Parts: sequence; C-alpha cells; structure tokens
Amino acid sequence: MEQSYESAVGTIQRILGLYFVKCLKGGKMSDSDSDDWSEEWIPYSERNEWADIVPIPQDDGEHPIVAIAYSPKFREVFDYFRAVLAHREKSQRALELTADALRLNPANYTVWQYRRDILRALESDLYEELDYLDEVIRDNAKNYQVWHHRRVIVEMLNDSSKELELTEVALERDNKNYHAWQHRQWAIKTFDLFENELSFVDRLIAEDIRNNSAWNQRFFVLKHFGFTSDVVQREIQYTMNRIRVVKNNESAWNYLGGILKYEDNGTGNCHQEVLSFCEELYTSGVRSPYLLAFLIDLYRDQCLQQSNVTESDVLSRKVFNLCNDMSKKYDIVRRKYWQYIAEQFKENLAEK
Amino acid sequence: MLRIGAGSFVCTKKMYMQARQVQKLSKVIWQNIRRQTVDCKEMLERCVVKIRQKTENSIEKCFSRFQQMQYLDPKVKKIHREDHQRYLESMLRRLPLHYECLDSSRPWNVYWILQAAHLLNFTFDDETLEHVVEFLIKCRHPNGGFAGGPGQYPHLAPTYAAVNSLCLIGTSNAYRAIDRESLMQFLFSVREPDGSFRLHVDGETDVRGAYCAISCAKLTNMPEEVIKKLFDKTGDWIARCQTYEGGFGGAPDLEAHGGYTFCGIAALALLDEGHKCDIEQLLKWNLQRQMPFEGGFQGRTNKLVDGCYSFWVGATIPITQAFISQKSGSMKKSLFDTSALQEYILVCCQKANGGLIDKPGKPQDLYHTCYTLSGVSIAQHSESSLNPQVLGDPANELLPTHPLFNVPPRAVARSLAHFELLNDNFKDFRNPSSCQLDTGGNQYKNDCEKSSIESYMEVEGVVSATEEEEAQISSVSSSISN
Ligand SMILES: [Zn+2]
Repeated sequence: MEQSYESAVGTIQRILGLYFVKCLKGGKMSDSDSDDWSEEWIPYSERNEWADIVPIPQDDGEHPIVAIAYSPKFREVFDYFRAVLAHREKSQRALELTADALRLNPANYTVWQYRRDILRALESDLYEELDYLDEVIRDNAKNYQVWHHRRVIVEMLNDSSKELELTEVALERDNKNYHAWQHRQWAIKTFDLFENELSFVDRLIAEDIRNNSAWNQRFFVLKHFGFTSDVVQREIQYTMNRIRVVKNNESAWNYLGGILKYEDNGTGNCHQEVLSFCEELYTSGVRSPYLLAFLIDLYRDQCLQQSNVTESDVLSRKVFNLCNDMSKKYDIVRRKYWQYIAEQFKENLAEK
Repeated sequence: MLRIGAGSFVCTKKMYMQARQVQKLSKVIWQNIRRQTVDCKEMLERCVVKIRQKTENSIEKCFSRFQQMQYLDPKVKKIHREDHQRYLESMLRRLPLHYECLDSSRPWNVYWILQAAHLLNFTFDDETLEHVVEFLIKCRHPNGGFAGGPGQYPHLAPTYAAVNSLCLIGTSNAYRAIDRESLMQFLFSVREPDGSFRLHVDGETDVRGAYCAISCAKLTNMPEEVIKKLFDKTGDWIARCQTYEGGFGGAPDLEAHGGYTFCGIAALALLDEGHKCDIEQLLKWNLQRQMPFEGGFQGRTNKLVDGCYSFWVGATIPITQAFISQKSGSMKKSLFDTSALQEYILVCCQKANGGLIDKPGKPQDLYHTCYTLSGVSIAQHSESSLNPQVLGDPANELLPTHPLFNVPPRAVARSLAHFELLNDNFKDFRNPSSCQLDTGGNQYKNDCEKSSIESYMEVEGVVSATEEEEAQISSVSSSISN
C-alpha cells in the first residue's frame, strides 16, 4: 500500500507539473502584442518601399459573421498580404511580409503556402529558411503548418541532418508533442535514420516510464527491424522489467500485448514466461486492472485452445471470476464491458 | 486530471465516494475533513503537502479539483443552458481579439456555434442564418471547397465545417451555397494516389483529411461512381493507421489518439469498410480512455482527461459497437459509463459565465463548448433514443446528434434527400453508359448508412420533425435498416 501510495504522489506531482506548464502555454492564445517588435513597429502604410501597394481589406460581405476583433496591426499586415497575393508578387519584400503575417497567425496555411511559392520563385537559400523555422517551431511547437513547412523544406534540400536534433529539443520541452513525433518518424522513415533510435527511445522511457509516445516509437522502430523471435524475447524481458517497476502502467501493458500479437510467424500460443510473470504479480497481491485484463486475455485464449475438459473448466472459471472482479471491484467504470467480455466468452465456449 | 497508480486506484475511488458523502457539507467542514486522518484523506493531505513544495499554483489546481467534488449535489448537476446560450449568441457575430489565432478557421467557429446551439435546442433567427450562409459563400473558393476565411485557399477542415454548418441550416440557399460540383473538383484535387488526402493542395496528409473528405462527399450524397473513384484505396490507407494499441494515429505508425481514432472509424463506417480494422481491439482501446476517477475521457494512453474527447472517443464507442452488432448480433447497452461522463462535463467543465472547457482551470472556447456538449448528447442517446439516459435534472437532456457527421440526424436526412434530387440530374448529365448506376444510386443509400447506425440511430431524428420531414426520415431510416 505504502509503495503504490508513494508512486501515486509522484504521479500527481508529475502530472500537475506538466499540466501547469501546458496551462501557461495554452493561456496565451495570441502573441501579437508581445515583446520585441511592438515598439519599433512602423505601419506598412508609412513605409516608402510599400507606397506602390494598395492594401486590400478583407471582404466579409455586408453582414460579417464570427468577425474577429483584429488588432490594427493584424488587420494592416493581412491587408497588404492580400494585395501581394492578388498580384502574385514574389519578391524579397513579399517574403518578409509573410514572416510578419505568420508571426501574427502561424496557423494561416495560405500564407505558408504562398511563402513556399516565393521561396521557389526566388530560389532562396533554404538553409536560412531552416534557421528561421528553428525559431518559429520553438514558439509554435503544436501547430500543424510549421511542421509541414519544415518537412517540405527538408524535402527540397534533401538534407535531414538537423531533424533528429530539432525534434529532440521539441520533445525535451514536451515529451508527448504529437507533431514532433510525427516529424521525427517521417524523417526516420524517409532518410533511413533508424540506427540510433532505439537508444533514444530507451532514454525517454527511462526518464518517464509512462510516456506512451516513447513506447509507441519503440514499436515503430522494432516493426522496422522485424519482430523476429529473438527480438520478441528481448522485448518481453524489457517490458516485464519495466512493469516490475511500475505495475499499473498502461503503456507497458499495451506494448507487451502488441509485441505478442505482432510476432512474426506468431503461433498465437502464449509465452509461458509472460503467463508466469502475470501469475506471480497476481499472487503477490497486485490488482492493477491492466494485469487482470491481460490475464483474462491469456486464460481465454488458452481455454479456447484447450481440449482437455477439466483443464478447460479451470481456465474458464478463472476468466469468469476475473471478469466479475473487474466489473465489481477493480474496473468499475468499465463494468459493462467486462460483463460483455464474459458473455462473449460464454458464447465462444458454447461454440467450441 | 489525476491518472493514478493501481493500488491507489482503490484509494482514489474511495476518495471519490467520500467526497460524494460530504457533498452537503460546507466549505469549512470540507477543509476540516481534509485534515482528518482517515487513510485516503490523509493521502490527499500528504499529496497536497508534497505538491505545495513544488509550486503554489499547482496546489490551487489540486484544491479546486477536489472542491469541485463537494458540489456533487444532484440539484447542482445542471446544464446552464441560459449561460451557454448567451455565450454562443454573443460569439456568432463578433469574436474577441484572442480569436486571431483562429483567423484561418472561421467556418469552424460558425459550425461549433450552430452545432452547440442545436444541442441546446435553440436556434438563430432566419435573417441571422441567412447572413451565415452569405458569409460562408464568401469563404468558398472559386475552384471549390471552403477556406478558413474570405480570400484564403480552400482547405478540407473548414470545408467540412462549412458543409456541416450549411446542412445544419438546411435552407435551399444553404444547400446551393455548398456548390457540390466544385466541391467534388476540390476533393479530387487533394486526393493522393494511395487513397489518403492532403488537407489542402501542397498541405499535410493525415486521417483528418480522409474523414473530412468522406464526410462532405457522403453528406452531400455524391453519386456512387464519384465516391468509388474518390475513395479508392482510402479505406486501406485508413486501416493502416490503426496501432497495436487499438486506436488510430494520424498516419501509419503514429501513436493512437482519440481525435484521429474518431476520424478513422467514422470514415471507415461511412465507406462501410469497418471490417478492415480490428474492431474488438478498437473497442477496448476506446473504453480504456475513460478515466476511473474523473469520468471523462483522455485522448491517449497515460494522458490527462480533456472534455473534447467526450465526443471524439464518446462517439467512437457507439460506432464501434454498431459494427460489432452488425457482425455478431445486437448490443443493446452502451459499454462506457454514460453517467460518469455526463457528471464530468456537468460538474467540472461548465464555466460560470457560459461556455464549456477542457478541464478545470482552463478558459472556455467554442471548440470545447461544441464537443463537450456533443459528448453529453452521445452519452444520453447512445442506448436508446426513446429512453435517453439523462443524468441529474431531466431538463439536462440535449438533442441527439449523428455520431458520424456530428450534425443533427434530421439535418443528415434532409441533406441526403435534397441532394438525391441533384443525383437524378447528374445521371442525365452523364453519358448513357452510366445508366447502370441507376440501381447503384439506390444501393448507395443503403450502404452508406446501414453499417454504423442501425443499432441505435433508428428514430432519433423524429424528435420534433414536421410531417414532411418525418416522411423523409422514415424513408432514410428504412433504407438504413435494410
Ligand atoms: Zn480538448
């Protein structure tokens, strides 16, 4: 009791810590009026080099709906952007204008797309674009457009040498950032960067054993190398060791189930050591719902393959008892599911 | 908010039960109780003490979460309809400055407001709705599809939001505004050879793209031959997004995620290709997302609860169950804890000044307002439309929503009927060899709906339908149940 209590406190602290960081970030929906550029800001209308451009206001029609109360700066920058877009002007000043627009709204995919058109037309130095993106991604790590832009630029350069580091930095700030993982997987797949990925994953799992994104990445890497019986054997040990540390870690249990299922030429037969491991935990008093759910799966599969009636009866009784315990004690929120599993099993037995 | 270890699960459940018992006590007594040394309260105390060492602000969060529990009085479990209505009404015309970051998602704002209003059973006057149609036309791109705002490039996500909004409005002007012919061209322009979809030309590819495209095509009842061509191999691509955990990631190999899982299974359901994924594993993964303590759903394994997954995960469950029913006999009960979900939304996700939220401590926004309410509606209506499972005050009952499109079932029926007429013209327009499609057209109507809906959607649309609508609905639902 004391042990799980301690780990619960740890979890709460960890979660609240993360949660707090997220709140700070999430609370700031727009940074248009922030920091370094508000002071020396000169409106486009006062800039000589833009004197030839007639800004185009947004056409919301006579009766605007969901009209955003734009700041004057936001409105003006996009008025000029619309003008540049209308003329299809692809120039250095247009490129700089897109950077201003994207700073105000990095989710504007039209601006990003047009920026790419400009970069292509000007044959700009794309390494400069990568540097620019380092900064933009740091400030907007949860934005679809910035990561996609990065991907296109990397493709154009055909140079992935900075992508692992970039995503590593992003994952240091948020180890479950979906976009960063997606970009990392893409770079690894496209440029065959699998070599050291397993040790990276190892480190992340060591830092946060509940980091499901890292477990998923582990699966991704091993799927690439193939689930041979050696690999599966090693992964079973690896995962069981981590479950011994934190028994109620759904990520590890899901991963264990995954590798057993995806094993090449998998016989469907259960690995004896996994069964013994689970039974040991159960006997020592562990009642994690993930453990119990795993046992239900194991016993059910065994029972349905068992031809000996007595053996089969023992196993089926175990399944029913565990389902009952789950629905009444250990996994009450899913009670209807466990009743359903028991009913399904009853039907399977009848068909057997 | 708190995902806690195994042994402690029992403890937190205990804490929860005790919190229920003290629900009628005042705040002062509540604080005294916290000081008592009964095991789980002690645990709470010690947890709070430990956390205090970390950061002052985090404690506040922890406190507010537990203080919420004292309000579990059934009488307080109420949907604050008036507050939410006022919030939504104030947002339809004008949005505050901090919505600048959604300047490329303006049709989304429209959709979230209209759908939330529908669920709460209020509507805007005809003139306002006409203005909404006019505005969405301004967002429509000359080459088809809708953009995030006037003058922007077309994009699948705002296209989905605009099509859904226009079907919610359901006037002939609204249907005309969709301009199905050019929409079709746009959908083809973002299709990839492997069957996946980019969100926009030169944009990213993920399962949202496939879902938005399929939803628009199906809701506007595009002819079977178009659907076949447009979504050739799409079902296979989507099925590749299912992970070893059972949920779907945004693209093959990515982590299972509630939002993408909804997109994946709803898209497969609309294509009637649910057999391409592992349905039992999917069901289990979805049900695992419900948090034992909070009652709401998390979006991924070992992540925090978030109100919006009430819909993304909540709607996935009945869709998944419908597949299982189709395969192996009916499942009458909804397998998740529908009361616990409603309780989480009602107790923890309503803002005092209107609007709903992700979790306590967050500001309200239109997105969470729409999807928390949609989730409540799913929880209430997922077992039976005639006998909704409403938690607390019976007046909490929301109107039903169609789990595949997330618009009212009635809006789906009317849209299908409306565009069916266009299909006749479409057939005439094509060369004679396409006449064989005649039967194909009807077949389509059967196929498109039956898989996902039959087990529980039967008559939901009838709630307050006029005679004419009822006729349309019954024609659709008979085609569904065949
Ligand atoms: Zn959310």
